[in-house]
Amino acid sequence: MQFIKDRFNYLFNSTKGLILVAIAMIALTTAIWGMLSGPMAEMGVRDVVIRLFKMDMVQAEREGRIIILYHSIAMAVVAIETYMITSLLKMKSFFKMAINSIITVGYILTMIFGMGFAYFGHNWAFHGVYIFGLSLIFFAGVLLVIALWPWRKEYYQPDKTFARTKKGVDIERVAFFATALTTVISALFGAIPGSFFGNGFEVFLAENIIRLPEKSTMQYSIIGHLHIMLALIAIMITLIIGRWLNFKGILHKIAMPLMILGTVVLNLGVWGVATPLEPIAHQIIYTGATPSMLAALLLLIWSWNNLIKKGTSHLVKPKFGDKIKALVNDPLKFGPTWQMLYMNFTTSFLGIFMAIRLDEIFRVWPAREERIELTGHWHALSAIIATIILLYYGNIIGLKGKVRQLYGWGIILFSDIALAGITAFEMKRLFITEAEQQPLVNGLMYAIDFGLGALLVLLAIVMVWRLTDLFKKKGKWTNEKKQELSEEVVE
Amino acid sequence: MKKLIPTLIFVIFLLTSCKPVDLNATIPTFETGINPDVWANIPAGEFYFGQHNEIQKTEPYEIMITDVTTAQYADFLNLALAEGYVKVNGDQIVGYYPGDEFHGVKHEERVAAGDWMFIPLNDPSQRVNFDGKSFTVQTGYENHPMTMVTWFGAWGYCGYIGGRLPSEMEWEKAARGEDTRPFPWGEEIMRENANFYSSRDPFENMNSFGSRTSPVGFFNGKNYNGYVTFDSASPFGLYDMAGNVWQWTGNVYEGMHYRFMRGGSKDTYDMDLRIWTRNNATPTYFSPGVGFRCVRNSTD
Repeated sequence: MQFIKDRFNYLFNSTKGLILVAIAMIALTTAIWGMLSGPMAEMGVRDVVIRLFKMDMVQAEREGRIIILYHSIAMAVVAIETYMITSLLKMKSFFKMAINSIITVGYILTMIFGMGFAYFGHNWAFHGVYIFGLSLIFFAGVLLVIALWPWRKEYYQPDKTFARTKKGVDIERVAFFATALTTVISALFGAIPGSFFGNGFEVFLAENIIRLPEKSTMQYSIIGHLHIMLALIAIMITLIIGRWLNFKGILHKIAMPLMILGTVVLNLGVWGVATPLEPIAHQIIYTGATPSMLAALLLLIWSWNNLIKKGTSHLVKPKFGDKIKALVNDPLKFGPTWQMLYMNFTTSFLGIFMAIRLDEIFRVWPAREERIELTGHWHALSAIIATIILLYYGNIIGLKGKVRQLYGWGIILFSDIALAGITAFEMKRLFITEAEQQPLVNGLMYAIDFGLGALLVLLAIVMVWRLTDLFKKKGKWTNEKKQELSEEVVE
Repeated sequence: MKKLIPTLIFVIFLLTSCKPVDLNATIPTFETGINPDVWANIPAGEFYFGQHNEIQKTEPYEIMITDVTTAQYADFLNLALAEGYVKVNGDQIVGYYPGDEFHGVKHEERVAAGDWMFIPLNDPSQRVNFDGKSFTVQTGYENHPMTMVTWFGAWGYCGYIGGRLPSEMEWEKAARGEDTRPFPWGEEIMRENANFYSSRDPFENMNSFGSRTSPVGFFNGKNYNGYVTFDSASPFGLYDMAGNVWQWTGNVYEGMHYRFMRGGSKDTYDMDLRIWTRNNATPTYFSPGVGFRCVRNSTD
């Protein structure tokens, strides 16, 4: 009994244990449900999985299933980010305990009962518990906003090398606060239309209505919600990585106000989509996205400069090669910002290019081609956020030496190969016709499957290792029980 | 150097993926026994429309039981060219379209009255050939659906034979009948039901040209030299209402120039073969995966 109690305590009562559980839940969901589409469906694996797990796949309910699937995964990601925030930032222990407990119960209920409802027959009690789980996550979000309140004196920033007001208000904390607050508000933009459409059980996927000239306020709200939630998850992980790397100095002082400005304006633009401001909403969104991306760029410049400086401090006059070597020496510290940069090629530049040439190029293609770009670019952004979390997680579990190198570079290379393949696949119509595309599509699919498959195998190895560790009396988990992320911020 | 080897192998592998595709590779020929000149009667009355089973109503009409074939379209072009209904304009066959009302809505593009492309000539995927005088069909493709045809080309054909393109509602009722089935033949889809992406029919080779069209009415329960198909007709006896080629529909919606297509195609996954799934493109769009069929007012 004590054996189980100790492990349970670690898994559900410590930051590192909670993160491990959430990553394991996502890994398991991805491994099973990833077999239901794409090449796995072509190879017949989908049919085997459906039979094996006795899934109930009604054709008309596909869109609803997908919505519940990605909400389930997203809620676990939100929980991971929340654990990281409550462990990295100062807050009252009551809030930390309450937030972590509520969000854990929330996302686990959401995942288990949501997926149970969506894929295993429609037990409406399950749907109720799924909604209850989402509500708990929302409530945990409200508590997080309260806990992050930056204008309390004990949270003031005494160190002048960080962004702070004259009075000492920690501007980085304001950025966390603004992101958390806008996330909670933006959740409503999904919850309200979700209830509206859910009442008639008429689900739809945003990519399927994108070309309709007349959209209802509720439809606009859904489109705004899905875009902003992913953007906010990305902004939050940028702030988290900045905190872990101990982002400071002049660039920090410029970046943090930009991050706040960008987050607020971006949200105003997206909320504007569901209001009479709709015609100019995109301009507001671009205005907001620019400072946010600039802030991330400043983090990248600072962290790369820092890695180079530290890695070459023993050399009197480091050469270019020495600097590059120092930069890439630790893939777990280099990787997150590299992935942020890479994101521009797979998501941001693509999105901007699409927006600029929408009518000339993309809207000449059939809607189903445009759908590939739309779904592709947010899958790519989600995958990049996941890899950044995994890179940080590699550091959290204390990987060292060769294992650290293999794990870090594995994540970077495998994901970047897959993402490059996805990007080329999305844009293939620019350089190849439908009739001639098959060999290229095959090649790209191999690259994508290889990258994603290898990434999942890597993750599975880590998960199996962590599972076996739990059976050891003095496993790694015993040390992790009391460790907090704030103690491991880079010096 | 050793570290570079895996990268080099990967790059070489990707480059080999770019080998050219033989678009004129031999295609197997099969006689399906389905006559593309037959029309089905669709009675007036209510039916379930869309994914959410909204109850709608149509007047009676007749609809072709198959997509328009390349042979039918070539015959039309020969007659229409002789009558001046269509003309040659460079490497295109064009015809007159009276234009749409323009509302100036965001993203809407003007479709003015004038000559618009019906089909492109000299495109490597075009199966209808023109020698300067008459139109013929590439051997083996006679009973395949007419593809590489714009919405104007589909609209022009149907108008010429005294019909029109089906509205989305008419198309859906003809595909679905009067119940809520997701596919024309019933609740589930198997590879033997339709021609879709990676459905392993005799016309596809996923290592080179990928998926190709199948003859109209191919999935009718017949055994083609060992390849057994399921009878996949709709309740009203229509074939290929799911898969093979997307089908242009006739609605012109206010504030948008896009035209809608239904039915999924040889290039899409099974989810796009569900009856309510919509696709759309500009009316000038043409593709090896897009065809059409016509309706006409009921003679009963």
